[in-house]
Amino acid sequence: MSTARTVCLLAGLALTPAAALATPAPEPMRFTSQRVELPSSDRTFPDGPGAEAVNNNCLACHSAGMVLTQPKLSRAQWTETVNKMVHIYKAPVDPADIQAIVDYLAAMKP
Amino acid sequence: MTPSAIPRRAVLAGLGGLAAAAPGWAAGTVTLPLPGGPDTRDLTTAFPGKGSMILQRTRPPLLETPFDVFDQGVFTPNDRFYVRWHWASIPTDIDANAFRLTVRGHVDRALSLSLDAIAQLPRFEIAAVNQCSGNSRGLFEPRVPGAQWANGSMGNARWTGVRLKDVLDRAGVKAGAVQVRFSGLDEPVVDDAPDFKKSLDLDHARDGEVMLAYAMNGEPLPLLNGFPLRLVVPGWYSTYWVKMLSDIEVLDKLDDQYWMKTAYRIPDVPGANIKPGQTGFKTVPINRMVPRSFVTNLQDGATVAAGAPVAVRGIAFGGDCGVKTVEISSDGGATWTPARLGADAGPYSFRRFEGSLPALSAGSHALKVRCTNTNGLAQPMDPVWNGAGFMQNGVETVSLHVA
Repeated sequence: MSTARTVCLLAGLALTPAAALATPAPEPMRFTSQRVELPSSDRTFPDGPGAEAVNNNCLACHSAGMVLTQPKLSRAQWTETVNKMVHIYKAPVDPADIQAIVDYLAAMKP
Repeated sequence: MTPSAIPRRAVLAGLGGLAAAAPGWAAGTVTLPLPGGPDTRDLTTAFPGKGSMILQRTRPPLLETPFDVFDQGVFTPNDRFYVRWHWASIPTDIDANAFRLTVRGHVDRALSLSLDAIAQLPRFEIAAVNQCSGNSRGLFEPRVPGAQWANGSMGNARWTGVRLKDVLDRAGVKAGAVQVRFSGLDEPVVDDAPDFKKSLDLDHARDGEVMLAYAMNGEPLPLLNGFPLRLVVPGWYSTYWVKMLSDIEVLDKLDDQYWMKTAYRIPDVPGANIKPGQTGFKTVPINRMVPRSFVTNLQDGATVAAGAPVAVRGIAFGGDCGVKTVEISSDGGATWTPARLGADAGPYSFRRFEGSLPALSAGSHALKVRCTNTNGLAQPMDPVWNGAGFMQNGVETVSLHVA
């Protein structure tokens, strides 16, 4: 059923030229529910001083790829980013870990 | 992996909705021209509704369109259209019958509209480029933090749906309204973090072009592009094109929440272009797009034959208006030749251009391409820079090796 409806919709829309914007559609849009699965990432941060702090605090909101694709950034830039995550985006970071996280990030070699 | 990471990651699956195994993960890699790196990205086919995409981030998804897709036509296929989410709590199961769009706030009648009710409104269709504010951020020099996109966080589609004006008219906007705020079904994964919301001025919201799209390129929106409804703001950066749009709130004062007041701000100078380290400028919310053009049939560093004309093909867009001209230069910008423009699908669409370089002598040549829009605004010769990596539109250069 849903396949046939999709085909109808495709035909209807494909035949709607820009010039026909104001004319009523011959057939109203039919909506079909969507259910998907999103992939997960099991990537963690490479070993190094502070890796445990980064793995424990930074993966709740985003996968590691967000960090590991960043260019070389200064300690000041990483400090600003970590502060933004904690204070604006409310990342549940253990305050005792913040220094170790900044140290790890600033030492990364892209 | 550290032992202590295990319990945390066990929690993650619960926070992020369904966590599936990832077939199609290893679909190859791509090298992006990101100065200083890291420049290698996986290609992935693991995301629902998506073909081969450049994996910038798995969760929440950041998927970039491989650039060769833009050579195939002016409309970007849905399964190759880029993806960008702010927060990782993304509904993965949307019941089309139960879904409701609320319209509330400074209105005569609050509404709760089903998809079928929305589809009863007059149908509206427009071709428009959707471009991330930070498209090309990864190419900035000096580099800046954020999603490290090359040039593929943009796409062009034919959007079908209804005008926002018609929806607002049904609710009846009260006198004194100033802005309209939009929010989708996605949510932060932690308490008290700012839910993603964006606002437009009322006159803009009612201009008859801003719309709610339920289809792109003649098909339902892929979930990752905002099924079942997405705000479309032709000519404006994608940050305003709220996905999974579920709530429209008419405001009687300016929106002062984080995503308008603090995030997505640009220097209030022409082209948002400042010098690294510059301070003392005012900021405003990012808004209208600016012209861009790209060669799509020749890659940077390509080798072409000496002594024969070189065919050049690409795409351009005017930003917040149409394309007036596209010019090409084979001498680094000293002289320019107009390109032929392809079919006009509307002022907010990509537009194809084609041209031919004269026979070149052996050696290195810099091919440049420059779009001027119908408002007379031309791409700047030098790259744009600002600390957020927004609004890049400098003239692109393709180095050609002629032999």
